[in-house]
Amino acid sequence: MVGAFQDKANHATFSNIHLLFQHPYVDAYWGSLRISVITAVAGSFFGILVAYAAIRDGTPRWIRSVLTTFSGVAANFGGIPLAFAFIATLGPLGVVTTWFRNGGYDLSVRWPQFQLFSERGVELAYMYFQLPLMILVIAPALDGLKREWREAASNLGAKGWQFWRYVGIPVLMPSFLGAFILLFGNAFAAYATAYSLNQGQNIVPILIGNYYTGNVLDNPHLAQALAFGMFVVLAVMMLLYIPLQRRAARWSK
Amino acid sequence: MSYLELQDLHRNFGAVKALNGINIALGEGEFLSLLGPSGCGKTTALRLVAGFDRPDAGGIVVDGREITNVPPNKRDMGMVFQAYSLFPNMNARQNVEFGLRIRGKHKGDGSKRVDDLLELVGLSHAVDRYPHQLSGGMQQRVALARALAIEPRVLLLDEPLSALDAKVRVQLREEIRRIQLELGITTLYVTHDQEEALAISDHVAVMYGGVIEQMGTPAEMYTAPATPFVAEFIGTMNRLDATVLDGTTGEVEHSGLRLQVDAARGRRTGERVLVLIRPESLELEARTDGVPPNSFTGEVLTQTFLGPVTRVKVTGTGTSLIADMSTARAAALPVGAQVVARIPSQGAKLISLPDDGPGLPALDPDDQ
Ligand SMILES: Nc1ncnc2c1ncn2[C@@H]1O[C@H](COP(=O)(O)OP(=O)(O)OP(=O)(O)O)[C@@H](O)[C@H]1O
Ligand SMILES: [Mg+2]
Repeated sequence: MVGAFQDKANHATFSNIHLLFQHPYVDAYWGSLRISVITAVAGSFFGILVAYAAIRDGTPRWIRSVLTTFSGVAANFGGIPLAFAFIATLGPLGVVTTWFRNGGYDLSVRWPQFQLFSERGVELAYMYFQLPLMILVIAPALDGLKREWREAASNLGAKGWQFWRYVGIPVLMPSFLGAFILLFGNAFAAYATAYSLNQGQNIVPILIGNYYTGNVLDNPHLAQALAFGMFVVLAVMMLLYIPLQRRAARWSK
Repeated sequence: MSYLELQDLHRNFGAVKALNGINIALGEGEFLSLLGPSGCGKTTALRLVAGFDRPDAGGIVVDGREITNVPPNKRDMGMVFQAYSLFPNMNARQNVEFGLRIRGKHKGDGSKRVDDLLELVGLSHAVDRYPHQLSGGMQQRVALARALAIEPRVLLLDEPLSALDAKVRVQLREEIRRIQLELGITTLYVTHDQEEALAISDHVAVMYGGVIEQMGTPAEMYTAPATPFVAEFIGTMNRLDATVLDGTTGEVEHSGLRLQVDAARGRRTGERVLVLIRPESLELEARTDGVPPNSFTGEVLTQTFLGPVTRVKVTGTGTSLIADMSTARAAALPVGAQVVARIPSQGAKLISLPDDGPGLPALDPDDQ
């Protein structure tokens, strides 16, 4: 960490930090933030829906265990294998892409905004582990919603949405916030998947990697500064998160 | 004129007939306990009344209005669950207020009502506490106040005390009864604890296998059980499987012994009957020479100290009997003592048994 504040001759300097606010580094941070926020929001939203559908009364038990097992595997299926799985299916020569093209439907023509090697593409790949991660983290919380609460609410005159408004959502909020921050951090720090999909993709972990492996410039101190910047971003997130969490969970301490 | 009616309710879960024709008529302001062993359908019946579940056949009428297909949030029923039903994110006051808030009536009079109820259940000092900061007993008090806040037409309680320890249980059941009488609210109370049911109810309905075996006042249920099951389930009962020897004199025979039982007069000779004797009406004495009439001889097997009385178990030829006697007198009959147990010819009840039907249903010994 000290290295972030040193130049090549190990003299103390802020120039590395100063550089972070210049092109292309500041753009890399924005790119990382964008991808992390978007995949965390989408992952949480769809994850909670899927988990709820699987856990609610009336869904057969086996669906639930299949889903949990699958999520457990998928949430840990990141990195290079995941990226190649996506390239092999949705890349320009991927199975699905080719299949569509042979069927006379050229994805790259009909749907030009979709490119696996673009930011959207990276987000899509991230969703592959973000969604299962959310399911894994939020399922126990959903499970903790007792049937008695729902029944008591309806017994006292509440409609379904009123139960969620006054009981369900407030009770889930602390777990949800925790899960969201986890997803955010997970995406923010993810490196390998993006690296493999990357073609001029500008996000922070890739830059750090580039500098360490000496790809671009031989300046490990700049890499350290970049890492320090990530640390600052995550620290700011935690600072936002802790009071929110405390407020949401004030009834449980 | 009955206020709450359950009419021939049926409910099957697959092959399980959870309810197999339940009929209950309860007057306004009355307190009825549904009593029975685990799995007999008590909760199922209560959930039908609350509207959480629908019957396969039959109907529910409240105050002359059929409500069988009314959704639960439109029924105005107050329900108290077994445990953990308080909303964890709301303090005691907010929990009690919930029903009124849903109705938009939590301000002004509503707010006063909430205060009054919290006082009624003795929780004025803890209104700001969250459920996890309340003891089990306090949580159930809040749950009761919450159910009462909406001025329900019927109060439903599903084993509300079963998760509490014995002392709190007795205390709280009396408070539930006091509040119920004070508010005059029609109440359906589910329990598997016969002592609890007898202590606080106007009427008790004993259920077994999805049907009501017998319904009556606590005294009727205790003194005149109509079926072997009820005899077994309510209180402790000595049961002697016997055959009527002479229907005019009331003589019966049980494992070689001839006994005189007044209740057997007028029975058909050769009929199989069950002679029922409460432990408190059995008289035990130390054995001297000769056996008095209408008596068993045996040996004291165990003594159980129950406070003012001691329960003495006697085993003799082919039979064991339970007698309750004053602790002072029991001291004279230590374990191993030879005793005679005199069957009171008047105090014993009689139930007919089917000539070759099954014996008694097996019961969980914990219920005794
Ligand atoms: N939702 C359900 N699905 C399947 N079977 C059920 C369901 N609810 C109840 N049963 C069955 O119906 C029967 C009656 O159950 P119920 O819960 O009414 O018993 P209970 O008298 O309340 O027992 P307990 O004292 O244990 O609470 C039981 O055999 C139970 O297994
Ligand atoms: Mg039950």
